[in-house]
Parts: sequence; structure tokens; C-alpha cells
Amino acid sequence: MTHLLEFRNVTKTYTRGYFSDAGTTALQDFSMVLDEDSPTIMTVAGESGSGKTTIAMLLLGFIEPTKGEILYKGKNIKNLRGEERMTFRREVQAVFQDPFAVFNPFYTVDHLLTVPIERFKLAKSKADARNKMEEALSSVGLRPEDILGRFPHQLSGGQRQRINVARALLLKPKVLVADEPVSMVDASLRANILESLRGLHRDHGVSIVYITHDLTTAYHVANSIVVLYKGGVMEAGDVETVIQKPEHPYTKLLIDSIPWPELDRRWGSDGMMVKEADGSDKGAKGCRFMGRCPHAVDACGTSVPPLYRVGPTQVASCVLHSANPVLPATQLTDVLPV
Amino acid sequence: MSAILQVRDLQVSYYTDLGRATALNRVNLDLQAGEKLGLVGESGSGKSTMALAMMRMIKAPGRIESGSVDVDGVDLMKLSEEEMRLARLSRIAYIPQGAMNSLNPVMRIGAQMVDAIRAHVPTMSKEDMIARAKDSLESVDLKRNVFDMYAHELSGGMKQRVCIAIGILLKPKVIIADEPTSALDVVTQRQVMETIDRVQKEIGTAVILIGHDMGLMAQFVDKVAVMYAGRLTEVSTVRDMFTTPMHPYAQALIKSLPNLKNKGVFQGIPGLAPSLLRIPSGCAFHPRCTQAMDRCKTTIPEVQDHNGRLVACHLYTEGA
Repeated sequence: MTHLLEFRNVTKTYTRGYFSDAGTTALQDFSMVLDEDSPTIMTVAGESGSGKTTIAMLLLGFIEPTKGEILYKGKNIKNLRGEERMTFRREVQAVFQDPFAVFNPFYTVDHLLTVPIERFKLAKSKADARNKMEEALSSVGLRPEDILGRFPHQLSGGQRQRINVARALLLKPKVLVADEPVSMVDASLRANILESLRGLHRDHGVSIVYITHDLTTAYHVANSIVVLYKGGVMEAGDVETVIQKPEHPYTKLLIDSIPWPELDRRWGSDGMMVKEADGSDKGAKGCRFMGRCPHAVDACGTSVPPLYRVGPTQVASCVLHSANPVLPATQLTDVLPV
Repeated sequence: MSAILQVRDLQVSYYTDLGRATALNRVNLDLQAGEKLGLVGESGSGKSTMALAMMRMIKAPGRIESGSVDVDGVDLMKLSEEEMRLARLSRIAYIPQGAMNSLNPVMRIGAQMVDAIRAHVPTMSKEDMIARAKDSLESVDLKRNVFDMYAHELSGGMKQRVCIAIGILLKPKVIIADEPTSALDVVTQRQVMETIDRVQKEIGTAVILIGHDMGLMAQFVDKVAVMYAGRLTEVSTVRDMFTTPMHPYAQALIKSLPNLKNKGVFQGIPGLAPSLLRIPSGCAFHPRCTQAMDRCKTTIPEVQDHNGRLVACHLYTEGA
């Protein structure tokens, strides 16, 4: 069976200048698979600098991996040309973080919807195009008559972000990359946008890669989660197990630091201490989290811990779990539920 | 006990080409020394305007129309420009949104801190200023040698803590922090909030935390004030607010919060926040309110005291 989208041992290193060897590894040996038959919502979570956005950029083909390859329907996206490239461009869509930056202030918001219709020849006539636009807007809970013909500054952040979701919907994509889609909109509007995303998955069978640092929304939206830290997978699994019973010290720290809107669940109640990164090159060869980990032992520094199976649908890259069987990095998505 | 901060009838308007937008409409607020208040609301509800007005930093086309802001018995609105300049940082300090980007990239951290002290207490000796600055850095968990560093040598969380250190240099009575952690990840956010919490207890100052993250409010503040379209709708203790919110907007806000029990349930607040140029008649929330009555459309509800909780809603007024 050919996979819809596949990351095969992808590494991305950003280098500084032509002569310097020093580089930043933003993503290290990352593999994952999205299947066409079983669309899923997968969260990629991590703090700033963890490599989340690098995954989005790679997936959309904006940057090329340093090592490894990214396949779309079995073909390396680097080598897609002509018809195939257009199909890839249409079927892999994105919603970005900033709902203000993606609009050109000189055009009405219709522009964002008409361009892809023309480009991909989605409509036979003007009336048909109009119908398609109205349909897409309605399905994300917007009233077309409130939206069409308006300029971006006349709309709220939440409305604009939903137009982006509508645009993605218009193209009937197979994969949608949502990079922090709700971090810049008000809490009261987040619910609407996340609901639109889930609708896209449920009603149109779109696989969503949901990139975020916010584990609370991840918990509500996604089926599975991959937790990244400095470009490496720390923990992965089904979202409920990972968030309610994290096994990796980094995930524990993250989840313990979420300010839950519950009075009886206090910050730091699990007693995880935050350790400041000491700036040493601890973990340069081994576990990247070593410098901040309260459980760090010498073994952490020797090599990158593999993914240990800590449950039927959960893996953690931590020596604390070295008694468990190892899952090869290339089979990461096998443990993730769809 | 008298309040350290008393805001009375504060009103701010912005004069735009499209008309006058009332961003803050006769707001009253009291804060005791050492109290932590959370100010929440959607974008455009007047949270940041409130902070700027208290600092008298509203710029044209905005104008403070009326009202008083008493800090420790002194009405800031009656001070001259020069007196107000001295009051900022020493009486009332403001940590703006994205404060960490306001550090001067070509000046050492220490020089910026000494500048701030010199502007207020020019008589202090240089050694004392340096010692004061270094102590302040230490109290926010930074090493004393940060004094000699540049902003680019620090991480986001460290820069934010430098800003807090500057904010507490002169031990102000009130600190206003406008979304101090919105650009930080959760782990750093927790560190920064714990720092503010500890420093606040040490110098006994009152803190106003502005933001829309209700989770942060639940973890940090004593009292929550909810703003909507330039007015306060409810002020309650954090426990009352989360367990039994009274104002329908506060109820919707609390209901929309995600928690671990209701996976996949999203409950937004229907409708949109009103434009400040066209605030609905009567109660500004009535077009989105599920419990709206006839008189909500015509009469503006006054803020009333209900057993120590301040609520502006006709549901709880006499003769409803």
C-alpha cells in the first residue's frame, strides 16, 4: 500500500554561512506516515525552537530536508513536476498562525478564495465560483453575506482565521497543516475554529497535522500526539494517554506547567522542578533534554535514547524506560491511533 | 483597610475618523495592598486601555475624559506631567505586552536599570544604584552578572524577568503586567509567573495581571475582573468566578474553558464582540446573551454589590 504522505528519516540542519560547520539541527531523524484510508488528526507539540514549524515547512515543500526524504503518494516531493506538482499543491494545504499577515490589505477577502479557484480551475463559471465560495464559508460557520466583498481590516481575527480554513476546504485537500492556528485569536473564538478543523476531518476525511505548543487544545482536537524537544521526538502516543499519564520527564514537565483553568489543580502539584538550561553542551551526543532533566544519569549523555514502548499506544525516548522493548524510529506512527 | 488603588469613573475615548469610540466607560475598581487582580476580556474590551489610562499614557487620538486614579492617596490625574513622570515606576509600574522586546539592544542591561533609577532618585550614589539594580536582578532569580550583559545574550524568559526586575526597582505600590507571558512557552511561563508571585509577596505590592488566559488567572490571581466593551461586568474572587460566575458573559467564558473531562466538546461564545464605535444600546452584551430581557436592550445595568461580588446585570437587580 502506498502511503499518502511519508517522512523517511528526515533531518534538517540550518547552517550559518558557507564556511562554518556549526549548524542547528532543527529536526533529527524524524519519520512518520499519514495514510489516505484512515485520516487522522496528529498533534506535533513542543516549545519554541523544538522543530515544530520546521516540520510544517518541510511538509509543504518550502524547504528541503538535509537528509532523508519526504514522499507524497510514494514520490519524493522534491521531484514532483507539472501535473503532479499541482495536485500536491492542491491536496496539501496550510493554515498559518497569524490571521493578519496572510491577507493583502489592498484586496477584499474574496481574493484569497478566488485565486485558488482560478489557479486550480475549480469552477466552470463565475456563478459556480460564487456558489463554491459561499458553500465553503458556510461550512466554517460564517455568513457569506457578512464576509464577501469586505476588506481584511473590517473582519475580526477569528473571522479571518476561519476564512483561511474555508480556503483550505475549498480545495478539498487530503492533508492540512495547521501551524498554531488559534494562538492569536481570543479564547472565546478558539472553540469555533477548532470545531471547523474537526469538521474538516470528520466530514471531508482530511488528515490534519496540528502544530501547537498548547497541550490543552491538542488534547481536545487530536487523536495522537508527538512531543518534540530540540528536534527530537521525546514521547509519542495517543493523546489521552500521553497527556493523562506522561512517561517522559520532559512531557511531565510540560503537562505540569500547563495553567489548567481548574482551581484544585495547582501548578507544579506533581513536584516537577524546573531546571534552567545551564548552557553546557550536555546532551550534545545523547538525550537533548539531559541538561534540564531532574532524573539525568550518566547514561543519558552517551547516545540518543531510542523510542521505548511504554504502553500499547505510547513510546518514550528516555533511559528510564530502557527495560521496555524498542520501537524503531521509522515505525513511529505504527503506535499512533488513527 | 483602605484600598491602595482606587479607580473612579475612569472614562477613555478614542476620536477616530469614524466617530468617537468609548474604550473605557466609567470604570470603578479598588485594589488592596498585596492583592492580585486578573483583568480579562476579549481583544478590544478595553483591558490595555485601562492599563494605559492608569499610567496616564493614553496617546492621541485617545483621551482620558474623566475619572480619578488614586494610588496610596494621591490622585494621578491631578499631577503635573513632571510629577507623573516621577510617579511612574515609583508608585505605579507597567510591564507592557512584549516588554522583553523593549530592552535596548546596544545598551548593557545594567546601564538601562541605572538610567531608570537615576531618572527618579538622582541623589543616590552610583554604587548604591548598581547595588540596587543587582539586588533587583537577584530577586527575579537572575545572576548578578546579567547586569553586564546585552539583551541578545538572554533567552526570552530571562529578558522578561529583566523587565520585571526593572519594574520592581523602586518598589512601586502597584504593578500592572499586560500579558507578561504571552510570547513564552508553558515551562518558561510558569517560571516567570512564579517569579512575579514571589517578588509581589516580598515587597507587598498589588498586581494587576491583564490577559485572556483563564488558566493563568486560576493559578495566579486572588480576584478576577471581567471586562466587556469597555465596562466591568463582574468582579469576584477567583473561586467564586470559577465555581459560580454570575454575569452571563462570565458564565459563557467559564463554560468555554477546555478541561480534561469534556474531550472534544467546544463551547464558544456565539456572536462577535461589538465594535466600540457601535456599542449596542442598554447592556452591551444583550445581543449575545441567552438570558436577555426587554429592559437589557434599553437600560444600562449598573454595577451592584452582591455579597462582596460586583456584578452589572439586570438578572440580579431589584424589580427584575
